[in-house]
Amino acid sequence: MLGLNSKDKTLFLIVLALTMFAPFLLNPFPEGSELAQFNAGYPDLMQRFVIFGIFAIGFNILFGLTGYLSFGHAAFLGVGSYAGVWMLKLLTMNVVPAIIVSVIFAGLFSAVVGYISLRRSGIYFSILTLAFAQMSFALAYSVLTPITNGETGLQLALNDPRILDFDAADGSLPATNFFGIEMRDGFELALGPWLFTFNFGYYLCAVVMLIAFYISIRIFRSPFGLMLRALKTNQQRMRFTGKNPKPHTLAAFIISGMYAGLAGGLMVAMDPLAGAERMQWTASGEVVLMTILGGAGTLIGPVLGAGVIKYFENIFSKINDNVLYNWFSFLPDGMQDAFVFMIHPFIGKGWHLTLGIMFMLVVIFLPGGVVEGGQRLKRLFRRRGGSDSAGGASSAKVHPAE
Amino acid sequence: MDAIILQILNGLDKGSAYALIALGLTLIFGTLGVVNFAHGALFMLGAFCAVTLNKIFTISYETIDPVRKDFLGNPLKVETPYIFDWFGPDVGTAMIEWSVPLAILFSIPIMILIGLSMERGLIKYFYKRPHADQILVTFGLAIVLQEIIKYFYGANPIPTPAPPALTGSADFGVLLGFDAGSIIYPYWRLVYFVFAAAIIGGVFAFLRYTTFGMVVRAGMADRETVGLLGINIDKRFTIMFALAACVAGLAGVMYTPINSPNYHMGMDFLVLSFVVVVVGGMGSLEGAVAAGFLLGVLESFASMGEIVSLLPGINQIIIYLVAIIILLTRPRGLMGRKGVMEE
Repeated sequence: MLGLNSKDKTLFLIVLALTMFAPFLLNPFPEGSELAQFNAGYPDLMQRFVIFGIFAIGFNILFGLTGYLSFGHAAFLGVGSYAGVWMLKLLTMNVVPAIIVSVIFAGLFSAVVGYISLRRSGIYFSILTLAFAQMSFALAYSVLTPITNGETGLQLALNDPRILDFDAADGSLPATNFFGIEMRDGFELALGPWLFTFNFGYYLCAVVMLIAFYISIRIFRSPFGLMLRALKTNQQRMRFTGKNPKPHTLAAFIISGMYAGLAGGLMVAMDPLAGAERMQWTASGEVVLMTILGGAGTLIGPVLGAGVIKYFENIFSKINDNVLYNWFSFLPDGMQDAFVFMIHPFIGKGWHLTLGIMFMLVVIFLPGGVVEGGQRLKRLFRRRGGSDSAGGASSAKVHPAE
Repeated sequence: MDAIILQILNGLDKGSAYALIALGLTLIFGTLGVVNFAHGALFMLGAFCAVTLNKIFTISYETIDPVRKDFLGNPLKVETPYIFDWFGPDVGTAMIEWSVPLAILFSIPIMILIGLSMERGLIKYFYKRPHADQILVTFGLAIVLQEIIKYFYGANPIPTPAPPALTGSADFGVLLGFDAGSIIYPYWRLVYFVFAAAIIGGVFAFLRYTTFGMVVRAGMADRETVGLLGINIDKRFTIMFALAACVAGLAGVMYTPINSPNYHMGMDFLVLSFVVVVVGGMGSLEGAVAAGFLLGVLESFASMGEIVSLLPGINQIIIYLVAIIILLTRPRGLMGRKGVMEE
């Protein structure tokens, strides 16, 4: 199917099922129960899962395949966001042109940045991309205010031209739509105590992510992808065989920049607002964390990493002391206080601490990220079960980072 | 002319901070071959050593004044720091006022301890791993350190003033023969610059004129041969790591009166000091110092009114712009050693 081999097809179908049934899967706890706050099935968060999934997939095409560690990828996401909002302001509230233009602008910008930065490699490349991203961030805040609206962030306004739209001027801001279907539309399904939300915006993002994921599988399996892995392993040998690595790296850089632009475009399609802080280097650092946490160089890893980090950011940060007291209410009072005291630094506002510790543990013990962890577990169970016959073949799918 | 001198002076204090952090980074990279993204966090920890000492000095107990009343007529409660009892009120007040310089003594053992435990506990296992792994794990460590500080000290900047004797400003205008008031420069920044120069000079002298420093330099040039001569070079490199941590910490201690420390000040400086190291040339100590001062001064020149009106926004991006130009024209940075991380 679609030119995928059977293993990739299974992977793709799993991802397809996961994204399509996400509203069910992410809402496993009944409404109003103790654990309902662990539900992640609300539209805003689900959209973020897939959008950052796209961002991380794109980053992985550069970092996972070529080994070039870019610390400035958020700049492309930011450029995509700004381009997208301008399309929504000038042209139409239909998101399709906005997304397409975001991808194009991010691609052009990454072509410029990549052409210059890729003249160096290693840490110099990291610093160059970082310098470009910080420059864009600083300029978006200060000099480019007419385009970016500075600190306030670029927003829609009532008097925007929107030359293709003829909507009734009822004095409210129009909503982003996909050929008439509004992004915030959706319906809710109540099954007993469970409440599932199906949001149109999420499904648009999910479909786009599936396409992006499919393209990334094809890139990984293509001769081009093989070339990228070759230049990660040994550039000099590659040159000896008469191949020039430069165009391939540049192409990978531009592709991953376009993925970032796509993520930025989707972000503004869901919520038409773009701010400069999206381009700051901490945002670039976040996508690095996602990719490493999930497993750089693997197909599914970045998506998992994005999911884990966004889940932590939104769910872990909401747990507070009262919730903890509830959980440990079965313990005697002194123990309860002690437990809450011990866990307190890691939750709520301290979720970054948990993230940092988790990230360090992953880098130290699991360089291949969550995916490698899964594989190790699988191998462990295989060995326990005693049937090691199919072991080698199925683990060949993923290529952990070196 | 006076404006130019003023900008050079203004650039010196920021340049000193860049130079000190970059010096530590280069020491670590040159000896252990590790790219330490947690170095900014060490700078921040140093700054919080000063904050902590200030807090320790002002730990007080409450007594009820027998004579005075507050405006509601209740007995007035008076806070007395414990050190007033131990050293007398005069010395006690002086200690609180001079807590930042005193924190230098306080921070040295702490930073050395942090440096040693960091190297032995974590960095040791990353010698052989690729640079990307080193960057990532130290980046994670930096997040952890700054979150711990945020947990204990909160997210707001904590003002930590300089000693009152050094809070004024010097009028260099008169001194150098310009109009009075044309070059006003705070004393503390002058102190910071002198302090930084002393530290930098000390580190260089240590490496140049002591046997220990000679062994370390030999180890930087060829680690294996030094090891073959029967010298435990790893131990010395560990000490150098602690020294680098100490330099970053001291830079942080003395920086607190210039900018109130907050938990993310390390990250803000980290990015810039990496740019500084790369511009100076990876592995070159002189390069790191020179690039630190150069970029600091350039930054302050770029924020002059005349230049900003000519090229708007240049003050925000000058450092990165210079870094890009230098990296593209001089592959090894300003003074990079041959063969160290070229491509």
